[in-house]
Amino acid sequence: MFAALSMIVASMAVFGLAHAKEDPINLFIQPGYFISPETLAALKAKWGLDKPLITQYLTWAGNMLRGDLGNSVQQNRPVTKIVGEKWGATAQLAIVAWIFGTLTGVPLGILSALKRGSVTDYLARGFALFGQSLPAFWIGLVGIWIFAVYLGWLPVFGRGSGLPFFEQAKHYVLPVLVLGWGPMAGYMRITRSAMLEVLDSEYIKLARAKGVSNRMVVWKHALRNALIQPLTIAALLLAGFMDGAVLVEVIFAWPGVGRVAVEAVNQNDFMLITGTVFIFTALYLVMSLVADILYTIVDPRIRYA
Amino acid sequence: MISQAESTDSTARPVQNLVARFPRASWRFIRRWPVIPVVILSILLTFAVFAPLIAPFEPNDLNLRRNLARPMWYGEYYETDPLGSKLEKRHILGADKFGRDVFSRVVFGTRVSLAVAIVSMASGTLLGAWAGITTGFYGGLFDELMTRFVDVWNALPFLLIALVVSITIGQGVIIMMVLLVMLTWVGLVRNVRAEVLTLKTRDYVLAARVAGASDIRLMYRHILPGVSNLLLVLASLRVGGLILTEAALSFLGVGIPSRIPSWGQMISDGRDTLDEAWWISFFPGLGIFLTVMSMNFLGDWIRDRTDPRLRQLAD
Repeated sequence: MFAALSMIVASMAVFGLAHAKEDPINLFIQPGYFISPETLAALKAKWGLDKPLITQYLTWAGNMLRGDLGNSVQQNRPVTKIVGEKWGATAQLAIVAWIFGTLTGVPLGILSALKRGSVTDYLARGFALFGQSLPAFWIGLVGIWIFAVYLGWLPVFGRGSGLPFFEQAKHYVLPVLVLGWGPMAGYMRITRSAMLEVLDSEYIKLARAKGVSNRMVVWKHALRNALIQPLTIAALLLAGFMDGAVLVEVIFAWPGVGRVAVEAVNQNDFMLITGTVFIFTALYLVMSLVADILYTIVDPRIRYA
Repeated sequence: MISQAESTDSTARPVQNLVARFPRASWRFIRRWPVIPVVILSILLTFAVFAPLIAPFEPNDLNLRRNLARPMWYGEYYETDPLGSKLEKRHILGADKFGRDVFSRVVFGTRVSLAVAIVSMASGTLLGAWAGITTGFYGGLFDELMTRFVDVWNALPFLLIALVVSITIGQGVIIMMVLLVMLTWVGLVRNVRAEVLTLKTRDYVLAARVAGASDIRLMYRHILPGVSNLLLVLASLRVGGLILTEAALSFLGVGIPSRIPSWGQMISDGRDTLDEAWWISFFPGLGIFLTVMSMNFLGDWIRDRTDPRLRQLAD
């Protein structure tokens, strides 16, 4: 229910923004070119811009419900088709980066909580701090400069489709590192603080007092409770990658949806940009719903109102 | 004689002790107080305030004879310039492809980054505080609507919204700040509201109400001081993220207009010449990193000092 409501508000916001200042028609009239009033009217009629704003919105929203996000102004092809073609690349990148972030961030968090105050802890926290403070696009450029230009170990850009598996994997290294580092840092900090909190709790003390072995305490009693938080944000993070994907795709010339969006902006393609933004928003809303549901499954003490 | 020797001996020992203890004591001092972040931030703040005095060149001065000039430690370049005459001023951190001095641009970029981040953080915090306090205090339908609105707002993909805004409304420093305020305030509402919900049932608030204080007075004289700690901590923890966002938008070419030097824009400028002139992109990025890292450190420190209970907010 809430998700549906959010969707409506979000669609209105996106649509409103696209029509915020002036007629989108002005966006694709080249300045300096003469355009006759008749052509203008015809163009407006073609894109449905001659009707009142509310009608335009309702048409747009109605079409959207039927899975039609309109046609791209520049390419004159359905938005859904353009996005559909590029979707795979973005999803692949996001999922690989997500797996990387989870598989490194969570264990690092556990490790640094268990060895609190040790060199390992400081190193892990330092690593996380860098991940949160470095701009992703800069890591990307410096990475390209060192590993691709200077050392020549990794390819500079692209997805490397069609190449053998190992060569293709090389194309993933830098983008995944760049995209995954920040979230990894977030994971690490959350896991660490959750683990520390749990290790400090009464039932862990009880378990230790009972004589349960250290390994059992850590892996069975503590870890299962400490993982609640990282698990629930996992879904949200996956959606958050979509934002980061825009930057990474631009830097590494990755043929995904993020690049489509940026190109649409550069070409003033308002249909394509509203479509893309809307899809991203919808995805995020679905993901946060999943996160809420996960939360109640993992931790029955919380009930979703 | 003897007494003199004794006296020098007795003063020498504490000094010696002090010297021996110095590394350890200073390490403890650094761990206790946020020395490094404060030093870095004050240097950057000096850069921002006195930019025209510090920068050796005008940030937008083009000089194609010096395009891609190397940083000064590559001394050999400065013996002669390509035309054979000596350069009168060195480029400390090199020059970009139009011969604009990288160091001067980094110094001027500090201005934009800090100004945008601080102004939008401050206004975002005020707006968020207002929304959080009002919703928490009054509750009811307004609260319900506001909370839902905040949830939806949070779900919007910010970077893409900013892209849309940049084509439909345009670019500019003010627009950038407004965008960042829009991004900031929603993050505060939930936390502030939760705090207000507990504060408004406290005895001292009830007592003030019984004494006849108006709603406005209750909210701003009695409840606001109670959440000010939380606001300070949240603001200091998140200002780093704002700088990163601003840089990312400028990097994509939709943030600060290109006539104003900004770090994100500079990093993007250096992309094409990365293989021959790494310094164009590298130093602005270093600036961002140092600023954001210092802010994050400082935020963590303020949080731990003011209220360790808030530890979970970092994540």
